[in-house]
Amino acid sequence: MKFPILAMLASSPAHGYELKRELEQHFGAALPPLNTGQIYTALGRLERDGFVVAEGVAQDNRPNKRVYRLTDDGRAALEDWVAQPTPATRLRDEFFMKLVLAGRGGIADPRALIERQRGEYLQSLRDLDRLQAGANGDPAQSLLIEGAALHLEADLKWLSLCEERLLTAEVSP
Amino acid sequence: MKHVLVTTGLEKTYDSDGVPVAALRGVDLAVAEGEFVSVMGPSGCGKSTLLHLLGGLDRPSQGEVHLDGRRVDQLSEAAWAILRRRQVGFVFQFFNLIANLTVADNVELPGLLAGQSPREARGRRRELLADLGIEEVAGSVPSRISGGQQQRVALARALVNHPAVLLADEPTGNLDTQSTREVLELLRGHHERGQTIVLVTHDARVASAADRVIHMRDGLISEETRLSGERDPAALASQLVRLEV
Repeated sequence: MKFPILAMLASSPAHGYELKRELEQHFGAALPPLNTGQIYTALGRLERDGFVVAEGVAQDNRPNKRVYRLTDDGRAALEDWVAQPTPATRLRDEFFMKLVLAGRGGIADPRALIERQRGEYLQSLRDLDRLQAGANGDPAQSLLIEGAALHLEADLKWLSLCEERLLTAEVSP
Repeated sequence: MKHVLVTTGLEKTYDSDGVPVAALRGVDLAVAEGEFVSVMGPSGCGKSTLLHLLGGLDRPSQGEVHLDGRRVDQLSEAAWAILRRRQVGFVFQFFNLIANLTVADNVELPGLLAGQSPREARGRRRELLADLGIEEVAGSVPSRISGGQQQRVALARALVNHPAVLLADEPTGNLDTQSTREVLELLRGHHERGQTIVLVTHDARVASAADRVIHMRDGLISEETRLSGERDPAALASQLVRLEV
């Protein structure tokens, strides 16, 4: 939550509720449900670390509104975050563990594991298509769904490769 | 449950310069009425051979094929020609439309051949082209329309006689992403209205539209997955496409 908030504050100061609303506008249904409490908790930490400062703004008949502004340290931290390349998505290493160890120890038939895993991926592809139909053109969610589907297609190809190399050739890694 | 297509012990051996090559080595498959089955597998696994045997484009070396309760693997070519007109719809990767006929004539022809009156054939053609969103190209010849449109015409042609089963061999293999999605959407729509479909594809995303995905390997069915439309969308969204904050 830290960096998205800093990024929101880079263009103009804002109060907690505005930040929540803006995040929701950008990411739509792709965002997990947010509550304002989470935002204020994160803002409190950022304030403590010197990345944002808060100013009270007087309101009629209501307690002062706290408006948050990015500090120079905050901007530097944000720029650093944005400049770092994001590591590639992790492979399904847990399945790979199961596959190699189950085969080696005679715990389960690796072919059956691959079949079950392929079934799981196919079902997930089907699920994504249903989600896409329900996304109603929400651009952020729609793109994320496409991304997830492309990853699954790669997972399926990789599964076939495991099958070829580990099972057909009878070679242990 | 009624089965539209049933195969038992289906085998096919080709002769390759005097060497017998087994393309199918005993396939048992039962497709229920209204079911959508995808067949996947690496090149040479026998999936296209299977589809050809189901549609009578080739004859098995061993085993039986039953279509709508009737044994059909021993029928003559003439009997198959009639059966294909009335009970089997085919869609191929390369559309196979008749190049010098208009879209309208391509779609009406199988209806006329199956004994529909010109008026009936025209009515059915109008209905299908409207349903598939290609009315505006009715007067064009196939070479003047896009690949995606050609495949939709091929789909209309395949469906014109209300076939008991639609057989599709890599129907999206030659289409871009957008056209693939459209053709898939149409297949799904017809499946929802009760059309039985057997589809061969190497595209997992296309395959996953089916009720059941069959995997073939070395001429045999090696695995089978039943897919469900029942998983809770909210839970799925959080598992598959949620950003972390």
